[in-house]
Amino acid sequence: MSENGKIKAIVATDCGSTTTKAILIRLVDGEYRLIVRGEAPTTVEAPFEDVTRGVLNAIREVEELSGHEILDGEDIIHPNEGTRGVDLYLSTSSAGGGLQMMVAGVVKSMTAESAERAALGAGSIVMDVLASNDGRLPHEQIERIRHLRPDMILLSGGIDGGTITHVVELAQIISAADPKARLGAGYNLPVIYAGNKDATDEVSKLLEDKTSLYKVANLRPVLERENLGPARDKIHDLFMEHVMAQAPGYGKLMGWTDAPIMPTPGAVGSIIETIANRQDIQVVGVDIGGATTDVFSVFRQTFNRTVSANLGMSYSVSNVLAEAGIENVMRWVPFKLPELGVRNRIKNKMIRPTTVPQALDDLKLEQAIAREALRLAFEQHKSFAVSLKGVQQERTISEAFSQSSSGETLVNMMELDLLVGSGGVLSHAPRRQQSAMMLIDGFLPEGVTRLAVDSIFMMPQLGVLAEVHEESATEVFEKDCLIHLGTLVAPVGTAPEGKPCVKFEAALADGTKVDDDIPFGEMRVYPLGVGETANVKVTPARGFDAGAGPGKPLERRLGGGVVGLIVDTRGRPFTLPTDESERVSRLDKWAAAFDAYPNA
Amino acid sequence: MAHAYTPGLRVSERTVVRKERRLPIKGEVVVAIGDTVTSETVVARTHLPGNVQLINVASKLGLPPEDLPTVMQKKDGDPIEKGEALAETQGFFGLFKSRVPSPCEGTVESISTVTGQVILREPPTPIEIDAYVEGKVVEIFPEEGVAVETVGTFIQGIFGVGGEKTGEIAVVVNGPGDPLDASLITEAHKGKIVIGGSHVKWDGLQKAMDVRASGIVVGGFDDPDLKRLLGKDLGVAITGHEDLATALILTEGFGEIAMAHGTFDLLKSREGRKASVNGATQIRAGVIRPEIVVPLEGDAEDVVEGASATTGLEIGSLIRVIREPYFGALGRVVDLPNELQKMESESMVRVLKVEFEDKEQALLPRANVEMIEG
Repeated sequence: MSENGKIKAIVATDCGSTTTKAILIRLVDGEYRLIVRGEAPTTVEAPFEDVTRGVLNAIREVEELSGHEILDGEDIIHPNEGTRGVDLYLSTSSAGGGLQMMVAGVVKSMTAESAERAALGAGSIVMDVLASNDGRLPHEQIERIRHLRPDMILLSGGIDGGTITHVVELAQIISAADPKARLGAGYNLPVIYAGNKDATDEVSKLLEDKTSLYKVANLRPVLERENLGPARDKIHDLFMEHVMAQAPGYGKLMGWTDAPIMPTPGAVGSIIETIANRQDIQVVGVDIGGATTDVFSVFRQTFNRTVSANLGMSYSVSNVLAEAGIENVMRWVPFKLPELGVRNRIKNKMIRPTTVPQALDDLKLEQAIAREALRLAFEQHKSFAVSLKGVQQERTISEAFSQSSSGETLVNMMELDLLVGSGGVLSHAPRRQQSAMMLIDGFLPEGVTRLAVDSIFMMPQLGVLAEVHEESATEVFEKDCLIHLGTLVAPVGTAPEGKPCVKFEAALADGTKVDDDIPFGEMRVYPLGVGETANVKVTPARGFDAGAGPGKPLERRLGGGVVGLIVDTRGRPFTLPTDESERVSRLDKWAAAFDAYPNA
Repeated sequence: MAHAYTPGLRVSERTVVRKERRLPIKGEVVVAIGDTVTSETVVARTHLPGNVQLINVASKLGLPPEDLPTVMQKKDGDPIEKGEALAETQGFFGLFKSRVPSPCEGTVESISTVTGQVILREPPTPIEIDAYVEGKVVEIFPEEGVAVETVGTFIQGIFGVGGEKTGEIAVVVNGPGDPLDASLITEAHKGKIVIGGSHVKWDGLQKAMDVRASGIVVGGFDDPDLKRLLGKDLGVAITGHEDLATALILTEGFGEIAMAHGTFDLLKSREGRKASVNGATQIRAGVIRPEIVVPLEGDAEDVVEGASATTGLEIGSLIRVIREPYFGALGRVVDLPNELQKMESESMVRVLKVEFEDKEQALLPRANVEMIEG
């Protein structure tokens, strides 16, 4: 700590699955500002096999770019004096590759599904969902557990006070399978029991000796209520301890930081929640990384987080292709690429995750994949957000029994106020217009929505900083982190191409008056800079809703950004033409409207 | 000056290779420190618990679970034969008895008065692990396994499928840029590790599996063929458990890519020697790359390790390009500008200037090259 206890210089790192990023923040003329950012490949592979190497490389790059001395050999210099040393070093970390677990619950559509939500919400890949009524015979279920070798098992089932038979049967099956962890002979597989509390003793008798058994509160204490928090938190703790333990050097890193290392999704979530609460708005945030895509939302003050642990731009990039299908990826690519070439390129990115697109074609292909990763991750988020609430949700019994697996989602794209993107492919896009397009195409916001990106991918670091020094975190966030792209107006409705959609009137900051009749199927971008606002009137044609109701004009004062005011009349729901040449011509037209690419 | 670190795969002509061989569950180590082992030598063994059968005896007999002890003919730990009575009711004055026969041979593992289930455990399956590489036992992990050390050539591939295999190295192409055509593989390659050049197609791989070659090592392979081989699109690169007659190891990546000269020449120099290969790949925390180990004569003490790649990129470093454009090209670093540069994609990145073998020069992102040992 410097003189008068004021923090004057901070370095913070984020160890991602692909790259390790470092930022330097200094107190400049009474304001906390980002000075510079450095990055280096994450070093979990041979020959280093030590995550701290990548951390040091990233910090050294920061030193080089800023002229501020931070390291003395491999030690971080404390405290700060002028351009030497820092007062705080913090870090976040996301485990590359994800935790793989099995969940088990008594009824597939109830407790088993709740267990799956808990696991997904904590950042896991769910390898299988076991339920008493999943149609498999006991010996098949046992064989499955033995074959899959999950990293962890979550067992739930039975409301508190209800019968214990079924959940004890499940415990018997797990016990009989005697599952072994991936790590080897000496390691007991963690099993988390989050079911009927009356069955705890029986479950303990069956599993305590064979597994590392953890008992938490019932994740479905009554049918109409989920309580996923305790199970999710326990999974998360074991996740960090377990998977991060495989990232060599993590123990050393823990000794370097001035506060506990936060998992990256946790840190990003905390910053999203801060924005939503400070401005009283509905927010969706996304962090698309190398191995995972995390989606955060705050709707009606309810915070939700999903971690799509199998969708990402490097380690998991091939999984995006597998889940989306090659047609869905290629529909965003405005040129012909033989399928073989696309598949090989994507696989090469998967096996060499730290490479970057040098050619323009490569960039467009990566951004096409990003759109699909965002879309799929958001689908997962929407279908689970209803039950991933921190606040209990009461439903009537008939609603509970008639509930299909998706239920009623909290996510309402018409109500959404702000969409924030983070992660390499969004933050590092060579032109901000590309980030705007990926967010719009991936999420398909409706009505009026502000768009922003984390300028250089520092939300994780600011999130962990906010835990110990909120002043610097929020100041840097507002001044240096969020890049406002602009505001999107996207009417809901469809019509044949070229038919009337909206009349768009605006008085821009430079005095220009806009009075455009925009037909269906277009994208238009109007110049309105960061900090500028414009009075706008959007009059939708019959069959369209711009946010004020079907056919009703919307009058609002809208903010600008580095891209500007965007009007998207391509329709909601949105479809692309199947005819190849028509599709390519529209993609080119929309890209040109944004000036998205050189020679577009 | 910061060293911009660029990771690379290990390709060592002669190094000490240490392999840990561990049982999946506790068992017995059957070799001693100092023992010389071949790749087939069993170093540890144990028994995998037998398959489990669950029978709801209470339900079969129409009894409440808590009454189970009154009808059970066996107790926990008792052996049982197939067809033997597990449980039997007394019936009505000795008549109308009901009986539950055991569906298998095994042991009664547990009887639950809560669920009414009886768990039977079939006889255990013996499992053994071998040394995998020819060498010497240098460490014992009690009840778990051993560490085997050897001196030899060690080559890491970039991606593979299939587990551990052994065989003699057989180079079937003339140069690293030659494709491994199916016609080059014959019955004589049964049990061998076949070394190709740039690429093998589906028919070549099929031929190798037909003749039961132990492995194929080649520069590149096509993803659609991988999908065909695995029966599904590989989403995340975690492999090694596939049940394949022939392991496949790629040294360069996907597509038609000439094997790196150094790797090809090294494998060629080891032709005829026995190699141990493993196609297992894991690209996540705790990365595992496929490997080829060729034990050589000599002791660990005599090995002098070559310059490692831990020093980072420098002027004069030998590199290989690992992404389009120039994928697979070799060159030497001639400049390391500090300032970010704009690429065709307009990405601003830290670059290096490379001079290729044909003297052409190019500016490339530092992230798109890997160092190779000089």
